[in-house]
Parts: sequence; structure tokens; C-alpha cells
Amino acid sequence: YAWDANEEYLFKAMVAFAMRRYSSKSTTQISNVLLCNVTDRVSFWFVVTDSAKNVTTVPASEVEAAIRMNRNRINSAFLLNDKTLQFLKISSTISPPVEPSTPVWLIVFGVVLCLTVAGIIFLIVSGIQRRKKKNKESSDTENLEEKCEVTVTIENGIPCETLDLKAGHINGVYAADDERFASL
Amino acid sequence: VNSPPESLKEDGRPKWDNKFQYLLSCIGFAVGLGNVWRFPYLCQIHGGGAFLIPYLIALIFEGIPLLHLELALGQRLRKGSIGAWSAVSPYLGGVGVASWMVSVLVSLYYNTVLTWVMWYFINSFQEPLPWSVCPLNENRTGFDEECYESTAVNYFWYRKTLNITPDVTENGTLQWWLVLCLAACWAIVYLCTIRGIETTGKAIYVTAIFPYLVLTIFLIHGLTLPGATEGLAYLFTPNMNILKNPRVWLDAATQIFFSLSLAFGGLIAFSSYNQQKNDCEKDAVTVAIVNCLTSLYASIPVFSVLGFKATTGYWDCLDRNIIGIINKFDLPEQSITRQNYTTWIRLLNSSHPEKIAALKLKSCNLQEFLDQSVSGTGLAFIVFTQAVILMPASQAWAILFFIMLFSLGLSSMFGNIEGVFTPLLEFKIISKSTPKELISGIICLTSFSIALCFTLGSGSYWIDIFDRYAGSLPLLVIAFFEVTGVAYVYKIKRFSEDVKWMTGRKPNLYWQITWRFISPLLLLIVFVAFVTLQIQKPASYAAWNPKYEGFPMKEEKVYPPWVLAICVLLAVLPCIFVPLVALFHLIKRMLGSKDPSSMPAEAFSCQGDNS
Repeated sequence: YAWDANEEYLFKAMVAFAMRRYSSKSTTQISNVLLCNVTDRVSFWFVVTDSAKNVTTVPASEVEAAIRMNRNRINSAFLLNDKTLQFLKISSTISPPVEPSTPVWLIVFGVVLCLTVAGIIFLIVSGIQRRKKKNKESSDTENLEEKCEVTVTIENGIPCETLDLKAGHINGVYAADDERFASL
Repeated sequence: VNSPPESLKEDGRPKWDNKFQYLLSCIGFAVGLGNVWRFPYLCQIHGGGAFLIPYLIALIFEGIPLLHLELALGQRLRKGSIGAWSAVSPYLGGVGVASWMVSVLVSLYYNTVLTWVMWYFINSFQEPLPWSVCPLNENRTGFDEECYESTAVNYFWYRKTLNITPDVTENGTLQWWLVLCLAACWAIVYLCTIRGIETTGKAIYVTAIFPYLVLTIFLIHGLTLPGATEGLAYLFTPNMNILKNPRVWLDAATQIFFSLSLAFGGLIAFSSYNQQKNDCEKDAVTVAIVNCLTSLYASIPVFSVLGFKATTGYWDCLDRNIIGIINKFDLPEQSITRQNYTTWIRLLNSSHPEKIAALKLKSCNLQEFLDQSVSGTGLAFIVFTQAVILMPASQAWAILFFIMLFSLGLSSMFGNIEGVFTPLLEFKIISKSTPKELISGIICLTSFSIALCFTLGSGSYWIDIFDRYAGSLPLLVIAFFEVTGVAYVYKIKRFSEDVKWMTGRKPNLYWQITWRFISPLLLLIVFVAFVTLQIQKPASYAAWNPKYEGFPMKEEKVYPPWVLAICVLLAVLPCIFVPLVALFHLIKRMLGSKDPSSMPAEAFSCQGDNS
């Protein structure tokens, strides 16, 4: 928007409003605010006179304090902010950035760590289970091998146990007669 | 040479699920943080497009032959670095031990860099980004002084992240937030390497492919940013005169070398899990070419963003000057724009020179902003983070960027850890029944405890030291002994036969010449040049000291003698194993030959065999 006499009027009104709120006397009028040295840059000096006392200007510190108190109202009246509407010699206190009670990064960190630890535990447990299964399988194969060894003791297709049972009949022709053998 | 393959398959060695997994692991190992933050920087300071010439020459004569050598060796001997080199010749066992040591040292500090990346990643979820605003001082009238003097981004990196001390001798305390992130990083590494290549093989699908996706997204976005074309033109404009400077050739040779992650033993470990009848020649060429193309591909978005940042900085400088002039001369708003700034300045300088001089305007030069080249951690954590703030939806870009850096670093960590893990598995001290999970757990836990030193206040100075001394010089020495060992001790003829058996064709003239003459010679020259350059100037570092007069410039300090001793120790310790082991075996053989009792026993056994 262009800066014209209406905007100047609004500015005077805002300063008067600020003075009224600050000192809570309702005597400050728009006519008490005087602008001078207005330039194209839109910069100017202004003073606030006190109509109660004889045409003296209100001290700068009071004006500064009043403006500081109502800075945001003045800014929003002009749709500007602290940077675009500058009052020389009035530094604004900056509001601190909002900080949540738990820093956000801790939450994200917690999530990442929990996922990782869960993955590690899962892998370790599955590794142990796999090893147990492998041990069981290898002990199973050991049993099979024993069976194989057992079945290996088959003579000519006849299991040894049955052979033992049959055990052969002692042929009396040969066994009983010791005199048959020649003595050495 | 003629051992039957069937018996080898049943030696119980783990193997890759498929060829693609193996290639991806090698590529992931080679493609790391250096491709993103070192190559573009080198391109920029060494004459843009002209740097590609020494880079390609170094690739052809140094990179690819060494890569083929390592992959072929690991594949043929099917052992980790220590076992492989001991099998080539007992006198060369020291080369394997040196490789193993370097892998250990590099793993320690590399994961701490990933810790910083993780810290930035988890802080990227905050709105607004924590490095975009300065914190307030005590009475809330202004910003914190250290932050105000430098920038919010610098403050967040040096104070909020590192909490850096002004000197390498001042240790400071353990930064608890970094300790937490370090624990998380080592937990992630443990999760991925818990069973060796069984688990890394699955993880690599994500960590190796994801960075390419993010780079593409950044490429598309970066090219749409204002100022991107200036950045790219700056990067690629060739300046042929630069080729006369030997420093450029040295940088190209060392960059190719470190970029391909040679001499770490990790590549030997990866290829040892292959089946023997595998075309390692094609693999080597593929990995090297993909690595180089990735470097080039990554430099495009990096420089688009840097161009954008420089342009924005230039515009800010202009705007500040314009405001100053308009205020001083009470000119109407919008009268001076960025375009007619120079005409206005000339006009005002001729009419009111004293007023202009009184304003103390900073000269705004786009070239100057573009020249502010940074590499390494500075690029990622200071320059890029600053650029990200300027983009809309900055949180999303920050998150993407840091996940990409994390994946890049993690896939390289896999190679490092494999280089440590595989030789340990073959060590006779560890019995076959020890579960792999335990060994990898012990490695990760020990590394975590030692790496806690890097989370001290002076940690980042120590990481610089490790990077400069442990991660550079020993690798050159190891690689030199690797090539000469295979070429002259194992003999190239025998090696060529091995390669022919594996790939089905004899290595052609290119391989013969490079393995025998060019690569060893090149490595020797690079090594000598490297050492000469290091010795010439006293080892110094740049310290962040808020009390320094020139703050926010960094203070140049010299390393005290005890730190220098550690630097030399780091560089020499891995290298010393090469002659030590050779000497050990020599002495053993001499003692063995002097001992008469051993001879008759052999004679008896021979007779026993014959009868």
C-alpha cells in the first residue's frame, strides 16, 4: 500500500493509543503527535506533546516504553513486523523459540534404538533356535548312523542275533573226541 | 590350480545369495561419503571438467588393475586378507595383517562420522530446524554471542553437536548425546553384520540402492533451484592450465585410490565368499565404473545446491547494501533493485563518495560466494544444512539428505567390518563352534568403547588426525606391496593361470603391463609425493576458538609433539607389520634349517612311506 496522509493519520492514532494505554491518562489526542521530516523512504521523526503542561514534549523514555509495550498492536495495524517497521533506538525483546517438554530428537532416537534392539534380539534368538535345530538334526543323523552300524553287522544277509540264536549245533562227531587229534 | 571344485563347495564357507548381492556389496563398499563430499570439492578446486582427465588416467592405470587384483586374489584363495596373503607367501603375511589393522582403525572413526549424521537426522524432525535460529542470550535482548558472530549453522555444528574445545590437548568431557547416538550407530552396525554376509547381504539391498534414489530426487529438485546453473557452470568449466600443477595429479591418484576402498582387505573378504568360477575381471571393471559414475552423478545435485546457496548469499548481500543505501539517502522503496544496483552505485559514488564510503558497504561478488569451497564434514553439516533452510519444506529435504548420507556410510562400514571379521573367523584362536553372533558382538562392543574417545570435546580433531594419518599413508604402502607381491613373489604367470582358470580367458596385455610395471611405479611415485608434501609443512590444524581475535575464522594451530608422535604411530603401525612378519618367517626358517633333529625325522617318514 502507498504511504499517504491517511496512513500518517493512522500512525498518529496508534501512537496516541499507545501513550493512553501506557500512562492510562486519556488526555493524549491525535493532535498531540507531530510528524516531521517525512521522506519518500517513508521515514520520519515524531514527537508527542503534552497538552496538559504547556506544549512540552513527553520525554523520549516514556514514549519508548509506551511503544515497546504496544509494539505488536502497532505492527499489526500496518500489517508489518519488527523488521519492516523499525523504531530506531527501540530494540525489541525477542520471544524465545517454543521448546517442547521432551526434545523431539529424543523421541526419534528412542524409536530408532527400539527398532534396532528388537531386530538384534530377533536375530540372536532365531540364531540360537537354528543352532538347536541343527544340533537336534545332527543327533538324529547320529542315531541313524548307529542304526546303520547295527545293520552293518549282518553276515551274508543274515542278522547276527539270529545267527547266535541258531548258534550252530555242536557237531558231536568232531567236538567230543579229543583223542582223535594228534598230540604234538 | 587343478583342485576339483566340488570339494571346495563343501568347505562350509558362507556364500552370496546371488551375483547381484555380491556386486552390490562391492559397489556399496566403494561408494561412500567421499563420493559425495570429496570428489565435487576436488573437481571444483582443480579446474572443474579438466580434473576428469587425471582422474580417468588414474582410474585406468591404478584403480582398475588393483581392484581386479584384489577381487581375483580373494576369489581364488577363499580366505580373508590375512589368510590370503599368508597363502600367497608366508613372507607377505604382514600385508594381510596391515590391511586388517587399517580396517580396525578406520572402522573406529568412520562410525563416529555416522554418529554425527544420525544426530543431524534425528534433529531434522524438529520444526523449525534447530540450526536455523540462534538461541537467545540470558537477558533475551539478543542472540547468543558465539552464534551471532558466526552463523546459526556453524553454532549448531561446533557448539550444539560437537561442543568443541579450542585445542586438541583440551579433552573436554564426554558429550552424552553423542554417546547415545554412537551406541545407536554401533547397534545398527551390529544388527546388519551380526552373521557376516548372511545379514549384510540382505541389508545391502536397501543401503546401496537408497542413496541413488535420493540423489535423483535431489538432482531434480536442485536443478529447479535459482542459481543452480551458476553452480554447475562453475563446477564443470574446464580450466586446462590446472593440469600443469602436479598437486592435481597427486590428488586425482589418491582420490581414485581411497574412493575404490582398496587395500582395506574388505574386497578380498567379499570376493572370498564367491564361487571360484566367477568372472572377476568383469566385476572389477563394473565396480570401478559404477563408482566413478556415482561420483559424477552426485556432484551434480551437490553443485546445484551450492550454486543456489551462493546465489542466495549474493542476493542477501545485495539486499543489505540496498537497504543501507536507501536508508542513508532516503530514497523511495524499490527504487534500487538487484538489477540496477551497479548503476546506482556508480551514480552515487560519483555524486556522494564520502557518504558511500561512510556506509562501509560489503562488496558483493557472486564469484566470491561460489569460491567458498568446502569439503568433508563442512560440506554436509554446514554448507548443505544452510542451503536446506532456504528451501521450502526444509525438514523433508534435511531428513532425506541425512538418511542418504547414513546409508552411504553404512554400506562402507559393512566392508570395513567384513575386513575385520573374516580374518578373525579364520584365526586358529577362535574355535569353529563359537557363534558368529558372539564374535561380531565382541567386535562391535570393543569398537564402541574405544570410539567413545571421539565423543569427547576434542573428538573431531582426533577424527581428522585418524583420517589424515591412519586412513591414507598405510593404504598406499599396503597397495604397493600387494601389487609387487603378486607380480614378483607369486609371479604374474602363475596368477594369470589362476585368473584364466576362474574366468575362462587369460588376462590380456593391459592387465599384464599394469600389474607388472605401471601400477607399482605409479604407487611408488604417489607414495613419495604424498610423504614429501606432508613433511614439507608442519602438521597443523584449524581450531574453533570463540576467543580468537579473528573469530569466526578458524585459528591455525600446530600439533604439540605428543600428538605428532601419535600421528606418526598411526601411520607407521600398520606398515610395520609388513617387514615384521617377513622377518619373523625368515628367522623361523633359518632356525628351522639350523636344527638337525628335524631332518632325520623327515628322512624316517620318507622311508616309511616308501616301504
